[in-house]
Amino acid sequence: MTTKKTILIVDDDQDYLYQMKNRLESFGFQILLAESQKEAEELIEKIKPDIAILDLMMENEDSGFILCYKMKKKYPDVPIIIATGVAAETGITFDINDENNRKWIRADRFLDKGIRSEKLKEEIDQLLKINR
Amino acid sequence: MSTLKILVIDDEPGIRSGISRILRNFRVDYPFMEEAFDFEVREASTGEAGIESIENDKPDILLLDNKLPGIQGVEVLEYVRKKQMNIIVVMITSYASLELAVKATSDGAYDFIPKPFTPQELKSSIENITKRVFLKKMTNKLQETGKQIRFQFLSVLSHELKAPLNSIEGYLQMIRERQAGPQLESYDYMVDRMLQRIKGMRMLILDLLDLTRVESGKGKRDIKEVNLVDVAHTAIDTMRPYSIQKDIRLNLHGNDTITVMADSEEMEIIFNNLISNAIKYNREGGSVDCTLSRNENCVEILVEDTGIGMTAEDSSRIFDDFVRIKTEKTKNISGSGLGLSIVKKLIDSYKGEIEVTSEPDKGSIFKVKLPINKPCS
Repeated sequence: MTTKKTILIVDDDQDYLYQMKNRLESFGFQILLAESQKEAEELIEKIKPDIAILDLMMENEDSGFILCYKMKKKYPDVPIIIATGVAAETGITFDINDENNRKWIRADRFLDKGIRSEKLKEEIDQLLKINR
Repeated sequence: MSTLKILVIDDEPGIRSGISRILRNFRVDYPFMEEAFDFEVREASTGEAGIESIENDKPDILLLDNKLPGIQGVEVLEYVRKKQMNIIVVMITSYASLELAVKATSDGAYDFIPKPFTPQELKSSIENITKRVFLKKMTNKLQETGKQIRFQFLSVLSHELKAPLNSIEGYLQMIRERQAGPQLESYDYMVDRMLQRIKGMRMLILDLLDLTRVESGKGKRDIKEVNLVDVAHTAIDTMRPYSIQKDIRLNLHGNDTITVMADSEEMEIIFNNLISNAIKYNREGGSVDCTLSRNENCVEILVEDTGIGMTAEDSSRIFDDFVRIKTEKTKNISGSGLGLSIVKKLIDSYKGEIEVTSEPDKGSIFKVKLPINKPCS
């Protein structure tokens, strides 16, 4: 008998949260939602999720990175996915950030927000297994 | 093919010739680069000789040992940094002095390669640096042509346009898969949200049209005598239904005629934006006061509201493109984040000024000054 794994999703787009909750609940996960970096920070003070999916641009352009950094500091063993809707278009700009930020960010995955449900589940399962 | 100049400063001849040999036929090529890079390696055995070579040859990349007979590697690094030379410095260092290398990276070295290194390690490090040089060249080029701003603008724009599309698509998929069961009513929320997002997108498109007009406009401008009081009246009348809905009083103060030489459509954009914001970010039962006045040099427009206000930090950002203040109080208010940046650009183009004073939960005051003959103030 396994207990449900908890996924923390942080994004400032309420529709994205609603849809992700729906998708991931149907895969049998328990979902926690936060609409901002600040809200997420308060939440993880009380609860340790099994995995987190963070949006990149929230209150500030780099909220996702900062939240990622703070989470890794608090819970080094919780895998983090950074989901972004801009990767493809920003190309070079994002690559630069990528290069510089990868050194200290340590996100486990960078995924495009348009990723298909099955693929997303695959990624999540993989990350959860690695850390078991 | 482009050639990058590499200078190796190391007192061990073996290291120098080794690096030269490894990089002689090495090439870096990525699909995203317009051209491939190869390398020309020069050598120096002391820091002093190195600096001379730096001055004469202007290398792109510097591979720098720290332990040198005369001046130390970090001093060479310091020299490059002080002269603000466009050189990427990589420290070559033994594991024993790793700490120093880390410090060097915080002092401006780009990276460090621990000694001893394999040819592969050296190559992959050079590969990364080349990528970086390429990107730097690219950003410099973009900045020169002013494309950088355009580029950033486009990336933010694509984010703003894609988000609502993704959200609508997501809901449609949920509906297609009948995820909430067979009852139609179960989908009301999703439909409402989609309509909301479409509305937001329409607003964004309208604002974008204004913005392109502002940015490309000058030639098409139709400068005539405009009575700002009329413009203000029209704006207020347009917003009336919206203000009634939120039970907000709209007041216009000042004379009957205050004229400026301007494009009347542009003046409408300014008033519409300021007044609709004052309603949008107001509290129920609040009020909006628009006051027009003039002195001999300029016209002053004040738009005051009794709304949610904002912090000083937020007020300093709101005239930038796509900035929306995201707080608990604003999360259900939709907007493109372009309105005030358009207003600011317009006012700038008339050599006017706009400023905001605001207090959270008290309200905001936007003050616009437009010059009549010569600069205001």
